[in-house]
Amino acid sequence: MSAAAAPNGDAMLDVEHIKQHFPIRRGILNTVAGHVHAVDDVSFTLREGETLGLVGESGCGKTTLSRTLMRLIDPTAGRITFRGRDITHASRRELRPVRTEMQMVFQDPYASLNPRKRISQIIGGPLELHGVARDEIAQRTADLLERVGLQREHVNRFPHEFSGGQRQRIGVARALALEPKLIVLDEPVSALDVSIQAQIVNLLEELQEDFGLTYIFVAHDLSVVRHVSDRIAVMYLGRIMELSPAEQLYSKPIHPYTAALLSAIPIPDPRENRRRDRIVVGGEPPSPVDPPPGCVFHTRCPRAQDICRSEIPPLTDYGNGHLAHCHFPLNVTREEIAGSTKSPLSPAASGDSQPQYVDPELHPA
Amino acid sequence: MATEPTVKPTDPLTATPATLDPAQVDPAAPPATGPWKLAWRRLRRNKVALAFGVLFVLLILSALAAPLWAEHVANTTPDRNRLADQIIVDGKPRDIVSVRGIPMGPTWRGEYFLGADENGRDVMVRLLYGARNSVFIGLTAALITTVLAVLLGLLAGYFRGWIDALISRGLDVLWAFPVLLLGIALGVSLATEGLSIGPITVAGNSLWIPTLIIGFVGIVYLARPVRGQVLGLREKEFIEVARAQGMSDWRIMTRELLPNLFSTILVFFPLIMANAILLEAALSFLGAGVQAPSPSWGTMIDTGLDRLRGAPHLTIAPGVMLIMTVLSLNIFGEGVRDALDPRAKVRLEH
Repeated sequence: MSAAAAPNGDAMLDVEHIKQHFPIRRGILNTVAGHVHAVDDVSFTLREGETLGLVGESGCGKTTLSRTLMRLIDPTAGRITFRGRDITHASRRELRPVRTEMQMVFQDPYASLNPRKRISQIIGGPLELHGVARDEIAQRTADLLERVGLQREHVNRFPHEFSGGQRQRIGVARALALEPKLIVLDEPVSALDVSIQAQIVNLLEELQEDFGLTYIFVAHDLSVVRHVSDRIAVMYLGRIMELSPAEQLYSKPIHPYTAALLSAIPIPDPRENRRRDRIVVGGEPPSPVDPPPGCVFHTRCPRAQDICRSEIPPLTDYGNGHLAHCHFPLNVTREEIAGSTKSPLSPAASGDSQPQYVDPELHPA
Repeated sequence: MATEPTVKPTDPLTATPATLDPAQVDPAAPPATGPWKLAWRRLRRNKVALAFGVLFVLLILSALAAPLWAEHVANTTPDRNRLADQIIVDGKPRDIVSVRGIPMGPTWRGEYFLGADENGRDVMVRLLYGARNSVFIGLTAALITTVLAVLLGLLAGYFRGWIDALISRGLDVLWAFPVLLLGIALGVSLATEGLSIGPITVAGNSLWIPTLIIGFVGIVYLARPVRGQVLGLREKEFIEVARAQGMSDWRIMTRELLPNLFSTILVFFPLIMANAILLEAALSFLGAGVQAPSPSWGTMIDTGLDRLRGAPHLTIAPGVMLIMTVLSLNIFGEGVRDALDPRAKVRLEH
């Protein structure tokens, strides 16, 4: 799946200015002492058949965002449109038909399977819930098991009899059971061994092709995401820093945070690893309870200037679907900046200022 | 910017099929061993627990056989008084109750096997009928406790918030009372007036009065651990999965959470039942439980106490039965606990 092959299908999921703030309650009276800004004004459009990678370090809000999209938690503000239907405030009853079209695969294959249920009940559960006939359930459960690389005979086993990779296959089979259009994969391979990761990733790709699935692939491992994604969104402290076709993000990172993340990927060859210039971002990410004003990354950014501390940069569109949220972008020419436009996906509170050119000679990344 | 993916993209045509998992489960392996089967296997190895389990079953069977013994062996009923009669033992006539009011001791034969009581009734027969009452009350009360406690624990743990606050504070109030005191208070007031809730009316001397009281006061001991467990379970990802599938709250509680509570319930049930039987005996002994002339071990010990000197069999017989029943349930229950979860530390105390 390369950027060139990125499908240009219809919009599957439209996310507009989603915010997810969790109140922090304190004291006897349960007064709200503040909010955790887990997701802060995120917008993007997911097209049918594509895979959107969602990366960022721990606590950046990627898992919260995926749960919000699934409507497992109610968004604080914003709008989610799924296949033309506004599901932002849909009730549980209204959501039921939607549930058959969007499913989720969870991170921890040990916690996501009910230990007291047999595999047939785990995979057949969603079918039963949505009124599929009993003998058809048995048939489809066995077929699904086979489809994800397990054996039909495994239907009567319990989760504890399987390895981590096999459990994740069961999780995938369960998500597939209702023949969804969209599957949100929340770090589906993070808990697995590297050798097993490749198998699951390959399985997911096969399934995507066979069933024409659309994926949101949440991960913190940039190499896995690069392999599976058509487009990648880089998140930091609840905001999208950069949104770009997958290959471009690696060959030409525009946001300093992306560049720093990429330079943190270890290279297997230690000599080469030592030779390269690494961008090391110091310190810890600030608390999402009290995110810094302006660009949230300015506290750790090597290129930060005064404007970064006061004005939220817009998501600037550099063409080709490559968007970045930065006042002083990397790897772009004067001409590209001149031709850039403010993307409609920008946070509502962002300013209108155009990014400024920084001469790479004077100011190396 | 050199970035080498650690996951090598493989060509889909030449790649080893993703179906080849090195840790594949052997399809020829014996069929699934569920968690219950494993627990049963461990329980079977615990001979002591098993022996006491068998003892309890024997006690139940003897209680069920009470009418057979009364009719065919003792030729009497639990309520038949024979104050002035004599029976022939070893060819000699003996007073069932002596002129000085002391009932005769065990004859070790069919009639009056364990002797007579102060009214000339057959102690053995009353003991067996008392076992019926005690076991009935213990079992039914334990069932009532379990059903209500699991329901309350599930609701409190799953919904949290104000529902939890309401249920938990209610349980705290219940918890604050010494069980025996609460039982006596409820028992005395209900035994005199009976109970009537809407269309249901229970007479004061009905067995249901002590049963309901004992079932009610035990709720706390199970509801709290269940609530705690549900609080932990509800954060597990499989509950989120269920929500993502569109399951209703009730279905999540009954289909996803309840199966995970069974082992806790199974561990607690024999212990709750033992406690219920003990509490029934205590309440009956104090006159707040089973009402005379219905036989119960507690009432038998109570009336026997006055004649401890001349007729100790009146207290010893029901006392031994009580100890055997409670002990067998406790030891069997502990065996069940060890089999289900060797690490769990479950203790029931008053």
